[in-house]
Amino acid sequence: MSEIKLMKGNEAIAEAAILAGCDAYFGYPITPQSEVIEYLMVERPEDRTGMIVLQAESEIAAIHMVYGAAGAGKKVMTSSSSPGISLKQEGISYIAAAELPCLIVNVVRGGPGLGTIQPSQADYFQSTKGGGHGDYRLIVLAPASVQEMADFVEDSFKLAFKYRTPVMILSDGVIGQMMEKVIMPEQMPRLTDDEILERYGDWANTGKTKLRERNIITSLNLDSNVQEAHNIKLQAKYSQIEENEVRYEAINCNDAEYIIVAYGSSARVAQKSMAMARAKGIKVGIFRLISLFPFPKKEINALADRVKGFLAVEMSAGQMIEDVRLAVNGKVPAEHYGRYGGVIHSPEEVLASLENKIIGG
Amino acid sequence: MTEEMIIAGFGGQGVLSMGKILAYSGIMQDQEVSWMPSYGPEMRGGTANVTVIVSDERISSPVLTNFDTAIILNQQSMDKFENTVKPGGVLLYDPNGILKHPTRTDIKIYTIDGAKLASEMGNPKIFNMIVLGAFMQVKPIVKLENVIRGLKKSLPERHHKLIPLNEDAITMGMKNVVAK
Amino acid sequence: MDIKDIIKPENLVYKRTELMTDKALSYCPGCGHGTAHNITMEVIEEMGIWEDTIGVAPVGCSVLAYEFMNIDMTQAAHGRAPAVATGIKRVWPDKFVFTYQGDGDLAAIGGNETIHACNRGENIVIIFINNGIYGMTGGQMAPTTLPGMKSSTSPYGRDISTMGHPLKMTELVAQLPGTYFVTRQAVHTPNAVRKAKKAIRKAFEIQKEKKGLAFIEIVSNCNSGWKMEPVDSNNWMVDNMFPYFPLGDIKVNGELVK
Repeated sequence: MSEIKLMKGNEAIAEAAILAGCDAYFGYPITPQSEVIEYLMVERPEDRTGMIVLQAESEIAAIHMVYGAAGAGKKVMTSSSSPGISLKQEGISYIAAAELPCLIVNVVRGGPGLGTIQPSQADYFQSTKGGGHGDYRLIVLAPASVQEMADFVEDSFKLAFKYRTPVMILSDGVIGQMMEKVIMPEQMPRLTDDEILERYGDWANTGKTKLRERNIITSLNLDSNVQEAHNIKLQAKYSQIEENEVRYEAINCNDAEYIIVAYGSSARVAQKSMAMARAKGIKVGIFRLISLFPFPKKEINALADRVKGFLAVEMSAGQMIEDVRLAVNGKVPAEHYGRYGGVIHSPEEVLASLENKIIGG
Repeated sequence: MTEEMIIAGFGGQGVLSMGKILAYSGIMQDQEVSWMPSYGPEMRGGTANVTVIVSDERISSPVLTNFDTAIILNQQSMDKFENTVKPGGVLLYDPNGILKHPTRTDIKIYTIDGAKLASEMGNPKIFNMIVLGAFMQVKPIVKLENVIRGLKKSLPERHHKLIPLNEDAITMGMKNVVAK
Repeated sequence: MDIKDIIKPENLVYKRTELMTDKALSYCPGCGHGTAHNITMEVIEEMGIWEDTIGVAPVGCSVLAYEFMNIDMTQAAHGRAPAVATGIKRVWPDKFVFTYQGDGDLAAIGGNETIHACNRGENIVIIFINNGIYGMTGGQMAPTTLPGMKSSTSPYGRDISTMGHPLKMTELVAQLPGTYFVTRQAVHTPNAVRKAKKAIRKAFEIQKEKKGLAFIEIVSNCNSGWKMEPVDSNNWMVDNMFPYFPLGDIKVNGELVK
């Protein structure tokens, strides 16, 4: 086992990317995630593994560099924060459409507009419902600790290549900026050129040989019937992802009468609220979402049969609550609580809201 | 044991690094730790603060509104955090530059003349270690040996020669903390 | 004499490059795109580098370039081809990577990507077809539309006081230290085609030697967009486009041509 380190979430992502055998990082600095590229530049991963790091001229250029390199069969990533992720949406839509694997990290800050650099979870809709144009989905994983920031990198790449689809790690300013203990995984070697040709030679842009037809990376189908067929294929893939890749952590849900649904740093805050509630004799459990897409609909629906109510806690004006309500489907009350615009709710506020909106209501 | 603390002062006073050393010391004792800084424009000479939690258990919220201990190093932070100390908790501050001293009677208040002592020791940079020593005297949650081990981990090799000086500063802080 | 008697190897003057597919070109008859495609593919074939070449297609008339060029290709979002090419080249530094872009793609929406790829000296080739108009979408004004020139979005002629000046992107990127070879060519006469092909060859040789970015503008016609017969459009191009966008090398071996 490798040693315990004290790292920021942003640094952990960067180190984990090197260790995951990532081939290239393309990014543009923006608070509160600039430590990702700063860490990579200090570490000189090109000397360690051959991983390329490039500071692009914009978030837009960075995501299209990712598109190019992903289309060339490489394991590549970018990271940004909310306004930068908005800029990347064009490229993300192309990457999803062209069915390319890549990792996108969003360390969310408060919006809309230039907003604030303080933590937020108001990019839930953008991440899970599309963000860019067209019918597509990202696999979205939400780490709640620095350890998960590290662990989810390799996991994301695996999912990205398994389904040939972009994966987003949706973090926020708290998880990105805080330091915690972290144990890094072992170094995985980068794939060799031959391994890439062998594994991805049937679709990637690696140079057309006489042995195969040319590979084309495109999202254009001028014939709408062909485009519909392509969309149907994408939807089938997303259904498969919903079937196979739901991830969550149920904390004290077995005896719980009330469930707080939360992800990321809100789930951390809510755990303190849970402890305070249980000290008062209120049986509260936390249903922590790890995959935001796919959303654990069935699991929440099943919980709704045996609890008295749900409180969706998120640092937004109410986004994830819509998915929670769809899953609960009216069986019991499901309400929203959250501070937003860069304000982090306190454990006390969350508990008060639970008592007022769900238990008292 | 869970110790939830806030360290707050001016950027440049070593607030964040003091928190980092505490967190490292906790790791050396096999404890769970979290270090959550205020970030952004505050970094540039304005106020800076960091929430540090050291615990025997898995840490839930890294962001808190009430603290077991507040270490306060300027007036703005005093104004902001005096009332966030839990009843029975500790408020440790450097009186240098403080005009409105804390008035709460339900908490334990200590002072450490860190800035003055640091200048007497001829190195203003060890100010934060003097304050850390004062805290360790008041609440011995981390052992000195683990702080030294934490320092070795967190400092680059080329700065290891400064560790004895830091140790002296911690001792200085331990000796000079005053209960109010 | 029967046609079969004529088709003999000894009578072969020009052969079609195998790097062009059998698909009928989607370009208007008389358009320069087909020739520009052809000479690009000829160069790649003659250099024997097709197994190691990755092309990047733009948005615009040549969005379907990958249908005609028989090599691995990536279709880029509007204007982003230089960024896409950067991504490919950085992870496959020994491959040959080029973009093929029009004026709207390269000089308008992709101006930033173009400038920065050039400024970083990405070791790629950029082929820039400038016909002064947005052909594919129905003849709207381009950044390179000439003063007074009519288009569907400058129906009374481009008024430089409100619509700005035609952008000389090629001269602009020549100023950047990252560009090694910058030239402006045309493909409207056999002589021009030969020169343009030579320039493209030189550009790929520069990439082979890892010397920096090679940028080739090809001033072309758009008889449909300009609403002219093909021959007239070429004459109009010579009379009007060439004075504003003069042909010739602008930067050679990293030095501006005086």
